[in-house]
Amino acid sequence: MAHVIVVTSGKGGVGKTTTSAAVAAGLAMKGKKTVVIDFDVGLRNLDLVMGCERRVVFDFINVINGDANLNQALIRDKRLDQLYVFPTSQTRDKDALKRNGVEKVLDELKQSFDYIVCDSPAGIEHGALTALYFADSAIVVTNPEVSSVRDSDRIIGILAAKSRRAERGEAPVNVHLLLTRYSAERVAKGEMLTVEDVQEILSIPLLGIIPESESVLRASNTGTPVIFDDQSPAGRAYSDAVARFLGETREMRFVKPERRSLFRTLFGRA
Amino acid sequence: MVLRLGEAGLADFEQTLRSQIGRSPQFFAKAPVVLDLKDSQGLAAAADFAELKRLLRGLDLVPIGVQNANPAQREAAAEAGLGSFNGAAAQRRAAPTQPAPRPAAGATRSMLVTEPVRSGTQIYARGGDLIVLKSVSPGAEIIADGHIHVYGALRGRAIAGATGDGAARIFVKRLEAELVSIAGRYLVSDQIAAEHLGRPAQIMLDDEHMVVLGN
Repeated sequence: MAHVIVVTSGKGGVGKTTTSAAVAAGLAMKGKKTVVIDFDVGLRNLDLVMGCERRVVFDFINVINGDANLNQALIRDKRLDQLYVFPTSQTRDKDALKRNGVEKVLDELKQSFDYIVCDSPAGIEHGALTALYFADSAIVVTNPEVSSVRDSDRIIGILAAKSRRAERGEAPVNVHLLLTRYSAERVAKGEMLTVEDVQEILSIPLLGIIPESESVLRASNTGTPVIFDDQSPAGRAYSDAVARFLGETREMRFVKPERRSLFRTLFGRA
Repeated sequence: MVLRLGEAGLADFEQTLRSQIGRSPQFFAKAPVVLDLKDSQGLAAAADFAELKRLLRGLDLVPIGVQNANPAQREAAAEAGLGSFNGAAAQRRAAPTQPAPRPAAGATRSMLVTEPVRSGTQIYARGGDLIVLKSVSPGAEIIADGHIHVYGALRGRAIAGATGDGAARIFVKRLEAELVSIAGRYLVSDQIAAEHLGRPAQIMLDDEHMVVLGN
């Protein structure tokens, strides 16, 4: 049975789309037939990051509304034949995401895919709630700063209360923490939260730490998911995270252990 | 908040309410109020509800509606400009991820929460104590009519003695709260002495003043 993964965060700009693209490509590299869906209706970005923006004809909303079928809308990646991109509409808004329609499309995708990666919009409104509703697993993308951690905490609470699994009383959504834009140097200077600080507040298992890296911006601008760049620390960190997601054991890289904690510094002062 | 109307007349009700409010006037100032009619099914005249509204306004409360009303009461309340709430639904909204089942009659009135309390969540232990085994995140709110115990870090808000019990206390394994309150008195994070932050603490009222005790 296909597995639905939502990539979510609450806060914007933390790296959801970058992560969705990298994780989907990583799963496909491991031989899993994967589709990545853009739920950010009206702010279509995933196709750019995946480098398929010039091949978009039909989109997610067209399929939900029955104006096109799946085969017309799915875009096969040119680099990996197990990877498909399902772009969204730039002209519509989140209200076009009808829950019944989304469910029907996901059920159809489940027939032929191993993994369905849902790239959630920011926020905790209709778009984000629809993206996480059908999830089996969640990757909560968090930056090492207090506002991002608080928003992630909120999203984890929503996953536990408002997902379909929660509503039906099934096993809870499997929630993973992915710490992105992590700079060991800035952590050392006390300008960023440490991994331990973030984990202590969120108390969910750590899937990986993606170091802040210029290669991420370069990858976005060239439409190549950063996981293809096996020279860059960010690319290698995403490969590790995908391997861990599939149950492999990989050592955490790119964390220099750091004694001093910003959290304690903040609360230590009067 | 919800006020339950008893069998007694309006004069008694006003008397009781006035003394309750007198104990912590700030807590009740302009508080939105829903009247629970479970124990006063006889009250059904629009004039009664209009009188109740005047009474509550006079006490600086803001009456919004009624709950557990029978059809006649609903109609009379509507005529007096009060909405009707479904009591059970209102409770569900107040505690969306309330993990513990409601205690059965005769069982303990305490509520036990075994999961972390996430940002944006509100949990209310009505009529009893609240025990949280994990941490309470910033932006979360835990409320109890009795004591509050947190066996993790308290980083959000904790409100004990929510209905005015000044003897209620808050016990935490690690105090990093945004706000702690007992019976309407409160301390915000800035007012908590640095020596208590990040440490086990007990918070209580001593002669109407909030006191933080370390150990």
